[in-house]
Amino acid sequence: MLAWTIYISFAGALISALLPKDKPMPARWFALAVAVAGLGIAIAGYAAGFGQARQVFIDVLWVPSMGIHYLLVADGISRVLVLLTGIAAVAGVLFSWNVDLRTNQFFGFYLALIGGVYGVFLSGDLFLLFVFYEIAIVPKYFLIAIWGSTRRQYGAMKLVLYSFGGSAMVLIGLLAAYTTAGSHSTTLADLAHAGLPVSFQMWCFPLVFVGFGILAGLWPFHTWAPTGHVAAPTAASMLLAGVVMKLGAYGCLRVAMGLFPHGLDPWGFSFIGIGSWRDVFAWLAVIGIVYGALVALAQTDFKFVIGYSSVSHMGFVLLGLMTLNQIGLDGAVLQMFSHGIIAGLLFAIVGRVVYDRTHTRQFAELETMHLARRLPFAAWAFVGAGIASMGLPGFSGFVAELQVLVGAWRANPWWTAASGIGIIVGIAYIWRALQKAFFTDALPTAHTLEAEQAHPFSPITWPEIAGVALLGASTLVVGLYPRILLDQIEPAVKALLAGGMQ
Amino acid sequence: MNYVALFRATLPETALEIAALLVLVVDLGFMRKAALQARIAVAAVLGVAGCAAAVAVLPLERVGLQGPDGLDLLATGGTAAAAQIAILVLTALTLLLLIDSSFTRNPGEYVAVVLMAAAGGLIISAAQDLLVIFVGLELLSLSLYILTAFAKKSGKSAEAAIKYYIFGAMSAAFLLFGFSYFYGLAGSTNLWKIEVAISQSGPSPLLFVAWILVVAGLGFKVAAVPFHFWAPDTYEGAPAPAAAFIASVSKVASFALILTIGTNWLMVGGPIEGEKSALEALMRQHYQTWPKLGVILLIVAAASMIFGNLAALAQTSVRRLIAYSAIAHAGYILLGVGVFPAHSGQGSALKFFIQSIGPYLRLNEAVLYYIITYGLTTIGAFGVVGVVERAAGSDRMDAFLGLHKRNPILAAVLLVFFLSLAGIPPLVGFWAKFNLFAAVLAVGAGPIPFTLVALAVAFSAVSLYYYLQVLKRAYVMPAADESPIRAHPVTLAVLLLIAAAVLVLGCFPALLQSWIASFFK
Repeated sequence: MLAWTIYISFAGALISALLPKDKPMPARWFALAVAVAGLGIAIAGYAAGFGQARQVFIDVLWVPSMGIHYLLVADGISRVLVLLTGIAAVAGVLFSWNVDLRTNQFFGFYLALIGGVYGVFLSGDLFLLFVFYEIAIVPKYFLIAIWGSTRRQYGAMKLVLYSFGGSAMVLIGLLAAYTTAGSHSTTLADLAHAGLPVSFQMWCFPLVFVGFGILAGLWPFHTWAPTGHVAAPTAASMLLAGVVMKLGAYGCLRVAMGLFPHGLDPWGFSFIGIGSWRDVFAWLAVIGIVYGALVALAQTDFKFVIGYSSVSHMGFVLLGLMTLNQIGLDGAVLQMFSHGIIAGLLFAIVGRVVYDRTHTRQFAELETMHLARRLPFAAWAFVGAGIASMGLPGFSGFVAELQVLVGAWRANPWWTAASGIGIIVGIAYIWRALQKAFFTDALPTAHTLEAEQAHPFSPITWPEIAGVALLGASTLVVGLYPRILLDQIEPAVKALLAGGMQ
Repeated sequence: MNYVALFRATLPETALEIAALLVLVVDLGFMRKAALQARIAVAAVLGVAGCAAAVAVLPLERVGLQGPDGLDLLATGGTAAAAQIAILVLTALTLLLLIDSSFTRNPGEYVAVVLMAAAGGLIISAAQDLLVIFVGLELLSLSLYILTAFAKKSGKSAEAAIKYYIFGAMSAAFLLFGFSYFYGLAGSTNLWKIEVAISQSGPSPLLFVAWILVVAGLGFKVAAVPFHFWAPDTYEGAPAPAAAFIASVSKVASFALILTIGTNWLMVGGPIEGEKSALEALMRQHYQTWPKLGVILLIVAAASMIFGNLAALAQTSVRRLIAYSAIAHAGYILLGVGVFPAHSGQGSALKFFIQSIGPYLRLNEAVLYYIITYGLTTIGAFGVVGVVERAAGSDRMDAFLGLHKRNPILAAVLLVFFLSLAGIPPLVGFWAKFNLFAAVLAVGAGPIPFTLVALAVAFSAVSLYYYLQVLKRAYVMPAADESPIRAHPVTLAVLLLIAAAVLVLGCFPALLQSWIASFFK
């Protein structure tokens, strides 16, 4: 059933591109309908998946001569991420309600991107996964380059070249694995059981991990993320942070770690305390957490703060993957979901609710605008989202990051200690952004009050309220009752660990 | 010499030549007073009919045409038939692009020359003998020089033709010189006989000289570095349908020829029968002599990939960009020809040979798959360039500004073609690349093939940048001029057909793959 998320998204993309160019309304409603249908299927599929292990939806031989299967499967991890994609897609449409330029094309590219993302999360064949992964690259370029803001063509090209560079690394690893395995099948399960030699896994693992890691914001290959996020239109930055970065992390987990588990084994020697690729990537993740947070603290552009915070939070996902224990991996998957929702919310508030009214994102200018009084909805929504992002209890971020940290403690206490710094700085940069953008001390003079009354901001529209409510409710529900996701994640992770990551 | 067999084997070429004469008669005789547009349409349709007739009479089963010494001159059918059918289909597509063009007042002559070039292409795809190869190649090349110069009012066209001709004449001299050395070494002009004779006499410096000369001649045909200098100028100056023909049909034919030579020399071609011990000895001799020659092809391949992709980054003319990207694609394909099974010397050479046949044939299929789909996509790209050029007056990148507004269909098909050339799934270019690289790795074990494949994959990532430069102008950047661009319905239909093929073959790659594989049975 979940397979239909892919088909309706691509069909929707095609139809949307054919809708009339100059009438935005039908395109909006159509895109919303497609996204809601996708979410509906995702929810139904998720609900049907409780207590189920691995569901196979379709398995046909696609290219017989090479043993490539059109194989769509879902386990708990896939179902969680499909659910996330559904929520992010609906929210993204709601927050792009004000796109007037070439609306039909906008939603065409948008739905094509969504379709590719659904496809990656549901693929059970390495080849198919790669195809969907690449399909998701091109729409991103056009979404950012056509509808973006600040240095959009630069940001779009940088993002695409980083993505394509990463996928070239993955493709090399894929070709090598396919040839070395000598099996005539490219399904993930068959390749994992092909008995790839340890020496091969040792060099192929880092290649593929970094290839996917680029899209997950792995430090030091993260530099596409802030510029891309800032340049992107609101919906695209929501999707970029919300689901596209998850594609990278999912690839790291499913492909790099799933096919080459021995790549994580110790090298047999250690250099300044680093004795395996696991240590290398865990420390890179920790550096990403701290570095992202520190850089976010120094930004003058509101959106850059959120952009760098994404790098920091994705560090938790990668760190969780490297713990290789149940609780750490649970946390990593939960963090993928949680960050997808929270980052989407933050980008929506900054990009749509604030920027589209103030037309600036510079703190220096926002400070003079008294947004807490003039846009109370934005201010309080950001307070909520900020608290969730800081990882306060009651929101999804808390459960996720706590589990990652506990898992990391069990693996190597220094990882936890170092990433703790990132959490503290995380509170600081959200606080700073909150204060600078919304709650400034400067009292308005009578003159500015008059000017503000003469040019009021356009009122908050219903799609914005609906979008904030959807994302806010999601993070709250998961924060208050995390079992709703963990019940599906835990058995899947347990199966992964028991089967040697496959 | 059996003239019935000759007639049977060369029926498609005969059909093309008859069609060429018919076009001339109709155009210069009956249609002399008609309007130019009508003459162009009639000539193109007659040309397409000629191609269709040639496909209809094409021998699918293997027909060997023996010379006086009992050795094959031509071997039609089998693998050659796949390339020949592709050549004819692609020729027909380029002829249909003619309908919307106005560069010539002599459409009959143009179509006749195209058909003769296609006949040359058919001959070299099936040739098994150095002399036949040379004759076919010259028929093809001379026709291409004429086609390049066909826009008589354009100085660029004449300039391009002169450059093409001078380089072509030089490389033909190289090729003939190399062939003469091979004849001197082996005492025969038959490819298989040459392989056997040279294996028996062992490697010699002269063999390397001869091989380098041949590689120079063939490298010119496929525009591989360092024999590529003609390509950007020719692609830029030739009339669009002629450029499309040069970029597609001529490439398919030349690679089919290179495959024949590779199969005969680098692998072991020809009839393999006889006593086991004698065969074992023959195979050992083969593996001691020929595999060393493949290195030169690999060097050319690597140089083409690197240089083609890097030079394309700096282009502002879309035609030159396509030319440099063609050089890069030739590099990828040459990987598939330069990599072949090489026996290490341990164990039975015969056994190794028999085991390596399967993967090697798969590699040949992959090369054909690549070149056919590449040719198809390039015709589409030139079709779009041709229309835009007529409207905007130049093929600079800026001529493509705002194409999505000026003609959404053209912009959409351009998107499909360029993304396919860049190797983005689910378009056919991606499958061609994956198929080729996987087949290369299955044949050539070891670090060198792997490094080259990694290089190729890395440079395809680079190539996306320059393809996006054009698409960026078509879709992203604001247009200076927003007046609609009109394209002839036939051109649009052809372009849509090609785009649909690129998409469908990309989604169902097994369709074309099993079709090609059926010729290798």
